Amino acid sequence: MPETLPPPRLLPSGDAAITVEFSRTIDDAANRRVLALDRIIAAEPIGGVTETVPTYRSLLVHYDPVEISFDQLGEQLLARAARALPTSGKTRRWRIPVAYGGEHGIDLEDVAKALQTTPDDIVARHIAGDYRVAMIGFTPGWSYLSGLEKFLHMPRRQDPRLLTPAGTISIGGVQTGVQCLAGPSGWHLLGRTPVRTYQLHRDPTFLLEPGDAITFTAVDAKTFAEQDRAAEAGEFVAEQVEP
Amino acid sequence: MSKLVVTSIGPASSVQDGGRPGSQRYGLTPSGAMDRLALAAANTLVGNDLFAAAVEIGPFGATFTARGGAVRVGLSGAPRNADVSGRALAFDSSATLADGETLTLGFARGGSFSYLAIEHGIEGEPMFGSLAVNARAGLGSPYPRSLQSGDELKTKPASGAAERRIDLPVVADAPIRVVFGPQDDEFAEESKQLFLDSEWRISATSDRMGYRLEGPVIKHLNGHNIVSDGTVNGSIQVPGVGQPIVLMPDRGTSGGYPKIATVISADFGRFAQISAGRPFRFKAVTMADAQAEAKAFRELLRSLSERLRGMEDFGLNIEALRDANVAGQAVNAVDTTTWQVDEP
Repeated sequence: MPETLPPPRLLPSGDAAITVEFSRTIDDAANRRVLALDRIIAAEPIGGVTETVPTYRSLLVHYDPVEISFDQLGEQLLARAARALPTSGKTRRWRIPVAYGGEHGIDLEDVAKALQTTPDDIVARHIAGDYRVAMIGFTPGWSYLSGLEKFLHMPRRQDPRLLTPAGTISIGGVQTGVQCLAGPSGWHLLGRTPVRTYQLHRDPTFLLEPGDAITFTAVDAKTFAEQDRAAEAGEFVAEQVEP
Repeated sequence: MSKLVVTSIGPASSVQDGGRPGSQRYGLTPSGAMDRLALAAANTLVGNDLFAAAVEIGPFGATFTARGGAVRVGLSGAPRNADVSGRALAFDSSATLADGETLTLGFARGGSFSYLAIEHGIEGEPMFGSLAVNARAGLGSPYPRSLQSGDELKTKPASGAAERRIDLPVVADAPIRVVFGPQDDEFAEESKQLFLDSEWRISATSDRMGYRLEGPVIKHLNGHNIVSDGTVNGSIQVPGVGQPIVLMPDRGTSGGYPKIATVISADFGRFAQISAGRPFRFKAVTMADAQAEAKAFRELLRSLSERLRGMEDFGLNIEALRDANVAGQAVNAVDTTTWQVDEP
């Protein structure tokens, strides 16, 4: 990694937040710099910073303008960004079970047709992927993963669905995702996981962190149903594995 | 145990407090009161912490009945006609409901949201440190949804303390101040100027997630899709149709439309109170000005307890009356016992 990384842009998001932008496009290297800056702020806190929100290409830093000004915070952020080199350090890795196709993934057949292959091939390719949580956003626990192989890149649906099931595993554009709560989505639904990335009254409430590594494993409908009951009772169901 | 029973209530009414910031990195929106100054004023009237949970009441009327003992309440925010068993009540003051008495609130006038704080607070189970309702995430207590008639808000019996009113600065009918960014470079100078020069109205389809604006079409330079990044209260995003949406406390934590500007934090509550259909304008300010206003707003919150007055302490009302007249409100007469201002 070169020592002279270009500095990020500091964009004002009102008087109480700064968007630290590393790239304007989806860019894995930029996302790693976002997560590295997030980590260094956690390790070396800045007085007045109240919350950080990593996304694909930028880190949103919420702060209290009574405690620190835009200019003062901007300086500190640039200094940390210059030192925050993406590390190859140990990350957590999760294996997430997925029931693919059928009622669990109603778009699998259509995706296979559109990509001129078989549903089994789509599943095999999706399982073979080595993914990373690039960001969590939109609704609680909705985890956007980078690392989707190019073959599976597909534009979003023309007509987004107003309601897609909890636990949906889907693809959209260059990304794949783990959705927690039922909600709207314009992505293609490949399957469902029993894993709750967000569950009240469980410790931790949020299972995944930005930067976590993810692999998927296929389970049948019966296993899905069993694991779904276990997850409802508060079990993780997702398995933490050695990196 | 006293309780306040919701006997009738309109939509867009829920228990709200200072919200639950801190988990936006997991996609959890902070929620919380639309107008934090009004929440804080209502709470101050009954001796609560500034951002304790209170009832945020949408534009329609509502009635509440005390059961199991007396309940003391503080009212602030968008003013309404209010009475308890035929006694007219003023806004920005406290009142005690005897067991069985009903508080009747009319439609909001000159705003959207009123706050009803309950002395000793509302009993509930905090989630991420907050009782604020976020219905989509199943959060909020005592009910994880909008309030409905029949709901019960449990509290401790009224203290019997003397009723108070609070002198708040008159709300200026001035443009809503914004700072440009974070993606104002996605818009041509003419588009930014059009945004500032135009009269806007808030669409009736707005809610606690976002206020849709009606006005001229704001065109993008490079299309309307950007890679999602983080949002804040007051982010003004411009989707493909060119009609901006201002993100409110139940917003998604990330969004994929360019954000031309952001409402300054000191003006956010005032913006949230603008009624659907009422025209208003934006004004750009510098970051230094916005941050100076943030400091002044914090000082106003800090000074709320010093702004409490006795109900009989009418001499000090002259100033508020004069301010109200200066602000162009037709204040004809004032009932000295309740500080009730006649409707124009």
